[in-house]
Parts: sequence; structure tokens; C-alpha cells
Amino acid sequence: MDIIKINNVGFGYSYIDEDSNKTMKTETLKNINLNIETGEFVAILGHNGSGKSTLAKIMNALLLPDSGEALIIGLNPSNESNIFEIRRNVGMVFQNPDNQIIATIVEEDVAFGPENLSIPPDKIRPRVDSALKNVGMENFALANPAYLSGGQKQRVAIAGVLAMKPKCIIFDESTAMLDPNGRKEVLDTAIKLNKEDKITIILITHFMDEATLADRVIVVNDGQAVMGGPPKSIFSQINELKALSLDVPQITELAYLLSEKGLNINTDILTIEEMVGALCNYN
Amino acid sequence: MNFNITIGQYYPTDSILHRLDPRVKLAASLSFIIIVCLIDNGFGYAISAAFIAAAVWASNVPVKLMLRGMKSIFFFIVFTFTVNIFLIPGGNILFNLGPVKISAEALNTALLMTARLSIMIFASSLLTLTSSPIQLTDAIEYYLAPFKKIGVPSHQIAMMMTITLRFIPTLIDELDKIVRAQKARGADLDTGGAFKKAKALIPILVPLFLSSFRRADELATAMEARCYRGDIERTKMKQMKFGMQDLYAGIIFICICSCIIMANFIF
Repeated sequence: MDIIKINNVGFGYSYIDEDSNKTMKTETLKNINLNIETGEFVAILGHNGSGKSTLAKIMNALLLPDSGEALIIGLNPSNESNIFEIRRNVGMVFQNPDNQIIATIVEEDVAFGPENLSIPPDKIRPRVDSALKNVGMENFALANPAYLSGGQKQRVAIAGVLAMKPKCIIFDESTAMLDPNGRKEVLDTAIKLNKEDKITIILITHFMDEATLADRVIVVNDGQAVMGGPPKSIFSQINELKALSLDVPQITELAYLLSEKGLNINTDILTIEEMVGALCNYN
Repeated sequence: MNFNITIGQYYPTDSILHRLDPRVKLAASLSFIIIVCLIDNGFGYAISAAFIAAAVWASNVPVKLMLRGMKSIFFFIVFTFTVNIFLIPGGNILFNLGPVKISAEALNTALLMTARLSIMIFASSLLTLTSSPIQLTDAIEYYLAPFKKIGVPSHQIAMMMTITLRFIPTLIDELDKIVRAQKARGADLDTGGAFKKAKALIPILVPLFLSSFRRADELATAMEARCYRGDIERTKMKQMKFGMQDLYAGIIFICICSCIIMANFIF
């Protein structure tokens, strides 16, 4: 079953053109099509300005399509009465950890979502505790978020979404402002939620290494989904990716260069371990 | 720059005062401050001071820490004392140092004023030291709730206070970064007269304002994404409970206040 269906969706932001003083619209999404299945771990790749964050906001009903149709958990966000239901099922973790934490105590912040869902007070407490445990932040329940590290703040934000018991979580470049340790903390949490709790994960990123963790990669360019498939098949198309001004993982590029030089090596290698294996077995 | 801000510094520990319902504490400290403002009698102040001392003892908050938090206000108290003692005229001259005359009335007013200010400061800092910011905003929301009918947005006011407290450390960090960035570009913040110094603040405040707006926008989006709809059908994880200890504390407080007021009339 598809948890998210995007059919021919177009979207643009209004702005005032300085020369003609008229209200204009950008063409951020141009009749984009994509489906995401329940339980999938999908990475959406694209360079800056490709429309990937706009796409994320459409999936969470923060923005409504100008044209075409979006169906999220089977509901159409154009119908205002569906928006609440969509947002409680499709959570979102944003880029800047500082700008999404509301309360001065970690557990109060995690409780913010369930409080908005009018859940009775005695049922919020177990949700908060289990969400914090799930992201490994149970020892920080009474801490002040201002004094946590970036990775810890992002994990609190994830717990805040988890406490709403969503079916799907969108990570909108949630690792972009973190150091390598923080990135690893967040990605490990995302993988765990996907594998153990069967939550659909949509990882929006421009880090290629992160995209290799996904079951499926969708490449967005200029408001359209231009490539889609398992990471191995996407990253072996090195020339196409470079044409879209995207990098490929270093190891994949190395494999590609080696095979160009005439070595008989697969170009769909994604990790250092695979490369070591391929080289050791090479003769 | 030194940004050692102690506004609303909550001191987390366990004590009778910490366990009291924040609504009781808020109402008690507010009414106590008003009473202290109204009385003008030494006995009243003596009872008030004794009561505050007992409350400080019961709060388990180290006295040193309390005094450190009041350092900046200490100057204000000394200033008030000085102004009062020299500027209030009176017939009963105690000292006569050339043109400066100190009268008994002036000394009396200055002492009472100092006592009044100190007691008020102790009372209000006891409130913030023993109740977390969230508890305080919850209490304020509770007291404002009846005014919702005449259009006072009590929930929104409480939410704004929570967010403000949440962003104080974040914005202080940001301010520090901007100051350093401007200094690295050759901004001169420390020399020149008051006017020049004030002017030098513009390139610091403008970026701070801009980034605050951006943060506010992102925070609003994040809140919306987490189903925030104002106070429509909103519940609270932590409920405030008015228990027996709150009742006893309230009764004891009212008794002491009555003593203070009576002392003011009798003597």
C-alpha cells in the first residue's frame, strides 16, 4: 500500500518581480510524480533549490499543491478537515535543531505533540517515556535542551514526533547542521525506527553517503523526480548524477574510475567493506 | 562580554516550597509584596522579615546563591537609601555636616524603604527559585483563564512566555557569535562616548533581529507540523494539584499576613 502518492503536483512560491512590480510565481515543483510505500526507507536526493524541501512540506500538508493531487495516508490535504489527521500521522524533523524545540525541559517538549492531540494527561506520560527511550535520551528527560549537543537536540525532536505515534517520519535535511557524530546518532535512530518499529522513513538529504542507507533513492532535479531505484543502481550511473550536479559516494566513484581504467570491477560498490571485498577477490 | 543572566533561575532541589502548587506560591508572593508595599511600621517589617527568613530556610536554597543573584539589585538598594537619607527634609536634625543635614524622619524613611525593597526582592526571587518556568507560566495561564471571556488570550500569553524563556540562551549564544563576527571585521565596540557606543550596537542588533524573525518563522512551521492549533482541545501532561499541604500553607500564610496588617494598625 502507498502511504504517500504525489500525482502531477505543481507548486510555486509567490514573489513580487522588482522590474514589473507584478506578483510572480516560481516553478518549484513541476508536475512531479512519486509514490512511497508503507514501511519503506526512501532517500530523496537533490541539490540546493531542486524542490526537495518543498516536496517534504507538501507531504506534511504544511504546503498545499497548486495543481495535481497529493494523497497522504489516503487523505487529500486540500480538504481542511484532513490536515490534522495527516500531520499526526506524518511527522517531520527539521534542519535546525534549535528552531523546533518549544519547551525549556526535554520531556515537556516531547509532550507538546501529544498535548496538541488532546490525549488525556495520564496517557501522555507513558508515550513521552517510551519515545525518549526509543531515541536513547531517557537520561536527559529533565535537562534543558539549550545545553544539549546538536545530535541530542535532533534526537529530542525525533522523540517529540514519535510521541505522536506517526506512521511516517520525514527528515528534512535533519543532519545538515550536525557534526559527524551527531549525523550518525540521527541516522542510526532513523534506521532503528524503520527496522524495529516499521515506521516509514523519508530522508531528504544532499549527503550521498546517507542516501546509500535507504531501500530506495529518488533524485529530484528542477522540480521533477528524474531518477528512482535502489541505491546501487542509482549511484552506478555516475555520469547522469554528475550532469545533475550531484556527487556520488567516493567509493563508488573510485570503483567507476578503476573500471574505466580496465579493471573488471563492479561499479555499484557503495561501502568501503564492499570495495575491500571486491579488491581482495580480484585476480 | 559577560552574559550571566539569572532571570528566573530555578534552583532544582526538594523542599516543602518546591512541592507547593505554583498557583499558591504565585498568589502568596504577589499579595505579600503588595502588603509589604502598604505597611509603614517597624513591627510589620520585623514580622515580614522573620517570615521571609523562615521561608528561605524552608526552601533549601543556599543563601549564598540567593545573595549572588541579587548582586545587581544591591546597587539599587544602596542608591535608594542614599537618596532618601539626604533628600528628605525634616525638623529633627540628627547630624549636621555643613550643608548636609540628616533628619530623624529621613533616616526612618530610608531604613523602611531599604527593608521594603529587600523583602520584596527576597519574596520574588524565592518564587522563581522554587518554581520552574513551566510551572510559573502554567500558574499564570490558570489565573488569566477567567479573562478569556473578555478576550484576554491567556493560553497564548503563557505560550509566548515559555518560548521566550526557551530562546533566551539560544539568542545569547547568537549575540555572542555576532559580536565576535563583527569584531573580526574590525568593528569597534569598546571605545568612544556613549553615543558612539550606542551607534556601534546597530550592526549587532540588526542581524540579531533578522535571525530572530527567521527563527520565529521556522518555529511556527515546526509547531504547526506537530499539530499545534492554539488551545483548541489541548491537554497538559503535568497537571497542577492543589493538595492538603497547599491548603495548610495557604492558611499559615493568611495568618501571618493578618498579623503584619494588624501590627500596622495597632502600633
